[in-house]
Amino acid sequence: MPSSLLWAVDVYGRVYSLSTAGQQWEHCRDAHLEFKRVTAIQQCCWSIACDHQIYLYVHASDVPIRYQEETYENQVSWWNPVDGFSDRLLPSDRWQWSDVTGLKHQPLGDFQLPSENWEWEADWYVDENFGGEPTEKAGWTYAIDFPATYTKDKKWNSCVRRRRWIRYRRYKAQETWVKVCTKQTGSLPDPFNDITCGGWEITEEPRGCLSLWAVSLQGKVWFRCGINHHNPEGSVWEEVPVPGEVVQISCGPGDLVWAVLWEGDLLVREGIGRDCLKGSSWVMVESPDTGVAAAHVAVGVNVVWAVTKDHKVWFRRGVNSHNPCGSGWIGMVGEMAMINVGFNDQVWAIGFEDRAVYFRQGVTASELSGKAWKVVSVPRDSERSHSSASASSLQSAGCFFGGEVRLQSHASVLGDADPETERTGAEVVPTPEMGDALKPRIPKVTSDNFISELVSDRDGQISRRDAPPAGPSIPEEDHTEKEVEDRVSPAQVLSPSQSSGVDPQWSNVDLEEAQTHLASGPGDTAETSSLSSVVTYILALEEPYGPDEHPKWAWVSGGGCLVECHTQLNWFNSSTATGQPALNSSMQAMSHSITPAQTAEWRKQIFEQLSERSKREMENFMHYEQAIEQSVWVKKGTMQWWRDWKPHKWVDVQFALEQFSGAEGNKDGILFIYYTFNDEKKYLHVFINEVTILVPVLNDSKHTFAIYTAERTKQRWPIRLAAPTELEMHDWLALLSVSCCDSRGIQGPPSKQAIWSVTCRGDIFVSEPTKELEAIPYPTPCNQMFWRQVGGHLRIIESNSLGVVWGIGYDHTAWVHTGGYGGGFFQGLASSTDNIYTQTDVKSVSIYENQRWNPVTGYTNRGLPTDRYMWSDASGLKECTKNNTKPPSPNWTWVSDWTIDYAVPGGTDREGWQYAADFPASYHGYKTLKDFVRRRHWARKCKLTTTGPWQEVPPIPLSDITILPCGPKSTVEQVPLWAISNKGDVLCRLGVTSLTPGGSSWLHVGTDQPFKLISIGAVHQVWAIAKDGSTFFRGSVSTQNPAGDCWYHIPSPTGQKLKQVSVGRTSVYTVDENGTPIHVWIIADKVQGSHSLSCGTVCRRQGVLPNEPKGHSWDYGIGGGWDHITVRGNAMEAPRILMPSLTDNGSNQTAARPLQTSNQPEMNGNPVGC
Amino acid sequence: MADDKDVLRDVWFGRIPACFTLSPEETTEREAEPYYLLLPRVSYLTLVTDKVKKHFLRVMKAEDVEEMWFEYEGTPLKWHYPIGVLFDLHASNTALPWNVSVHFKNFPEHDLLHCPSNSVIEAHFMSCIKEADALKHKSQVINDMQKKDHKQLWMGLQNDKFDQFWAMNRKLMEYPINEGGFRYIPFRIYQTMSDRPFIQKLFRPVSPEGHALTLGDLLKELFPAAICVEDEPKRFQVMIHGIEPLLETPIQWLSEHLSHPDNFLHISIIPAPSD
Repeated sequence: MPSSLLWAVDVYGRVYSLSTAGQQWEHCRDAHLEFKRVTAIQQCCWSIACDHQIYLYVHASDVPIRYQEETYENQVSWWNPVDGFSDRLLPSDRWQWSDVTGLKHQPLGDFQLPSENWEWEADWYVDENFGGEPTEKAGWTYAIDFPATYTKDKKWNSCVRRRRWIRYRRYKAQETWVKVCTKQTGSLPDPFNDITCGGWEITEEPRGCLSLWAVSLQGKVWFRCGINHHNPEGSVWEEVPVPGEVVQISCGPGDLVWAVLWEGDLLVREGIGRDCLKGSSWVMVESPDTGVAAAHVAVGVNVVWAVTKDHKVWFRRGVNSHNPCGSGWIGMVGEMAMINVGFNDQVWAIGFEDRAVYFRQGVTASELSGKAWKVVSVPRDSERSHSSASASSLQSAGCFFGGEVRLQSHASVLGDADPETERTGAEVVPTPEMGDALKPRIPKVTSDNFISELVSDRDGQISRRDAPPAGPSIPEEDHTEKEVEDRVSPAQVLSPSQSSGVDPQWSNVDLEEAQTHLASGPGDTAETSSLSSVVTYILALEEPYGPDEHPKWAWVSGGGCLVECHTQLNWFNSSTATGQPALNSSMQAMSHSITPAQTAEWRKQIFEQLSERSKREMENFMHYEQAIEQSVWVKKGTMQWWRDWKPHKWVDVQFALEQFSGAEGNKDGILFIYYTFNDEKKYLHVFINEVTILVPVLNDSKHTFAIYTAERTKQRWPIRLAAPTELEMHDWLALLSVSCCDSRGIQGPPSKQAIWSVTCRGDIFVSEPTKELEAIPYPTPCNQMFWRQVGGHLRIIESNSLGVVWGIGYDHTAWVHTGGYGGGFFQGLASSTDNIYTQTDVKSVSIYENQRWNPVTGYTNRGLPTDRYMWSDASGLKECTKNNTKPPSPNWTWVSDWTIDYAVPGGTDREGWQYAADFPASYHGYKTLKDFVRRRHWARKCKLTTTGPWQEVPPIPLSDITILPCGPKSTVEQVPLWAISNKGDVLCRLGVTSLTPGGSSWLHVGTDQPFKLISIGAVHQVWAIAKDGSTFFRGSVSTQNPAGDCWYHIPSPTGQKLKQVSVGRTSVYTVDENGTPIHVWIIADKVQGSHSLSCGTVCRRQGVLPNEPKGHSWDYGIGGGWDHITVRGNAMEAPRILMPSLTDNGSNQTAARPLQTSNQPEMNGNPVGC
Repeated sequence: MADDKDVLRDVWFGRIPACFTLSPEETTEREAEPYYLLLPRVSYLTLVTDKVKKHFLRVMKAEDVEEMWFEYEGTPLKWHYPIGVLFDLHASNTALPWNVSVHFKNFPEHDLLHCPSNSVIEAHFMSCIKEADALKHKSQVINDMQKKDHKQLWMGLQNDKFDQFWAMNRKLMEYPINEGGFRYIPFRIYQTMSDRPFIQKLFRPVSPEGHALTLGDLLKELFPAAICVEDEPKRFQVMIHGIEPLLETPIQWLSEHLSHPDNFLHISIIPAPSD
């Protein structure tokens, strides 16, 4: 999984981030300011600096943030029949330059960049694409009059024409803090005091709206409007009226927003929804503890945590989106200064006593309150910019106490200071004459009310704090303790009694002086030693808080930090690990020792020598008798079997696998299924060496799998079995799979030429191609191919013959094959040890709510007797209520509640309804008089966690992928790999080689519209289909120029929108000369077997030759329930073409009917067709 | 990329082609045909030669038969060393198959241990495993196992069941990650020309400074002569399972992957062939 960041601010206002993969806090050096608050989400981090302004830090991404500006140029022809169209329009006509409606005047010159953080990508140009078709005449589209329907062809009566101009602007301020400008008309917010960002789960992609709430120093609440993917900074602040003075606010990933009032009660925002991110009203919730005011609140998706002024931590019961107020408070252990809820409702906090960052351990969906607090103890990166930080904190401190808001500008100057200088400074401190009089006097920069409050509360407690916390040495600690007290207590800082002669007086005058010194310091080393005590003192001050010290934190934000139950965090004290019993060792121990040495020479040598040895000692002697006779070995169990005769039903059977040594020393076996028929005991058997596949079957209640042989593939009637438990099924599948592989002599990782496929259940299968499969003229039927399962879960898989295999999960995550095998339920020896990783996937389960219109009551959930279920699947045939619908298989767990899907094709109304005249009919997103029924789509997310030889390729979610097919002896150094992101961006992966199949980075290839499918041919032909169906060819793609230079729009076959494109070795219209067979594999919708019908079947087109690209017949392989197959790795003797021209499109073009099965959801439930 | 698992398989499934001939000293009723067999490198001679025994008994009188023992070019073969070790030590660099003489008389009492039944081999095998685990884990793993687990290890070896054996042996190969290896490496160094049966000492896989020690480090300490000096011809071959690993191979990795089923790393040091 990709690493993500936890953000925190220390008491000096320095911003640090900690990667989930890292082990130290990284100082965010870019920040020249001190920050008071940060609120992070995955793509960015917002903050309030000491100047009370809001700053934004957008993480760099391979896909730029770009926005398309468009305007229309309008012309008429009747003015001037001779010259044709003219840009002089009638006064009643629309503007010569307008928006799409024609009503708004929009000349090119009026477009301005929204802020200085944007830049234009190129100049304006004419969009020549019209509804998926290229236009010929400079992008003009014609109509009889404005406003009318435009066509791309000019007709006799075309009197007006228009064309679209587009220009892209790009957000350039990434990986840097930028001030968020307040170009605000109307009332400007006063300086900000608190900020919180969230709400990304309310709206779906591609809108990607965010909610940013802020609290001003006067206690007003502001909402930042218009933050989305295309506008990271948002547009304006809107004030949200509050019934009191707010001190702090928290916004979760969903629709939860809570705020703390000055008086200590809490406010809950209600009415937040997709159409109203701001919400509508506040509800008051009392402080957790009567008499003690709430000081701080933090919310997640389904949780609320609070801290009261006595630092107690509280957890709110029963919070969810229907009941944002929850039902009651539970007191938790721990004393915290602040608390923050991040991703997955994980909780972070800052300890009140020690100011350390705490992580709440054991927070899961079922146990949202977690188990225990665990201190995050990792060092900070030690850096010489310490002095700069301290100096700047001095300045900001001055700003704060002087009541001035000033951007400090000297920090960077000092940051470049000679390290020598700093050291000299540092050495001054321990000198005796300075002595105890030298008490650090850094006032805290976190000026927020409640921390100040906490701090002042502490004054009374100082005396009883005599036991210093654990540290390297006690005297040092003592010193630190005092400093802490002093530092965090503004009262003491300002108290004159504490000031001695050398103590700095905290006034602006002194600060001015200090700044002068600091600015001149770096220039002159000699002068440094004679710096005033103030300056030396400040430099020295850092010493006690150096990298080895326990840092003091002021604020933490985990909104961008993804921690899941399987995440390995190395953030906690390593001493616990060493204290473990010696033999509580990991199962990965074997791999651990060798991982860094994977490619070492000694290792290679051993592999080579061992295979040489085997050859030398065994090759010529295989006819010798084996010394040890193999005995028969039996494993038995009970199962249920879907019986062969009618009525089909599950019957209890005994199940036994007998294994023995085959004739040639390899293992073989027979599988027996013992059943009773008419009180007579009978059995069914399968020879293990005839099994072609063992495939888990999608079933929401039983743990089922199917066993196919070549014969049963022909029949489309596998042996279907159900194991009593998931564990037993996995045990059996692993055992049977090993047994099948043994009988066929298959072991180790899949070859580079392997054929990969995925089923509709997301299971991954791999088959080793054989020469016989290619034999001419009688190839082995593909129902004899042996498929073995590989761990993991994918929706799409692509490979090439250099062993580069990529997949995309249902949640659009990209995965690259590590070269291993096994994982998932394959344990021990059926699995490689050193390249198996955790893989997760998330998908949505759909149900439909159906209603019929009734003249009296309007739409109701009472249908006609003949109607479908009022809660059903997409077909309406199966009843699916919110309660009875389960995740697709017991391996999945729900991770969200049911939500309405507004993103259905055809659109919906505001409540998500789609209307139609009757069931089933075509639905539209608005009600007309003829509509008597309506439905809406509900979706609920579920999640699977498994393992497999796959490594995530963060961070961009993908929807399609293609890899250059290579010949068997291809010497391509960098393998071209193209992908389409789930937002439709075209991407080209750089640095993909057979040794580094994951590549290094994405290169964004600009397009005028979102794309959906892509394919690359053997000579770098890149073809792609946009979301509107237009087909594009990328020009000049080559090894030297991996991204090509421009897109060519290719007209698609008349009357057809292309759904799939796949390019093989032969280019699109020309034919390969060398007469080698070409491969076409598809997944067919429906295949009739002798016993049954199967959907989603792997088929191979036979007789496809360069001069006969259509082939002559289909050869049916494994199925049904297959979703995706790739044969691009299979280049055993022929260059490949993957050309799914199913039937009738008459030409040998690259595209035709869908390669994948149709998307009817009902089929997904039915992988074995029966 | 080949996986380390493959090494385990290659080690387990290593076979030596052997040609058993009855010693001319034995008296037979009729001429005995040689008997050809693929011997598992990781097993023990007396465990896998039932067929050999049966074959020769057919041509012998019962009264001429005492305990069977084997000899190669005049050297009695110790059954309690793994077959691969015997082969590497005495017969590597010779033509295959390995010619082993079979004797039924004149048992060399001071060279060999008696092996009346397989239970003796089992006892020897299990005691080796226990000794190895004492070195690796202070016997904690082996003591945590149940009787049936011990049996599974032995049955795995006896019946040549790789999966069965490794399902259990895996546990013996684990160690705490933060320690970087076993407590001590169970190893034995054999030489052809020596009075000592083998060299065995306490040797840690990780140096006090924390870096992984190698095969070279081990030899430097225990058998410096085996390390080639520059400009001098190679005097010794360091053989493990018929191969010569590079001296920079980490000893911990070797112990995990090239140990015999008895959990010992058996290292044979033989004079380098003169040609």
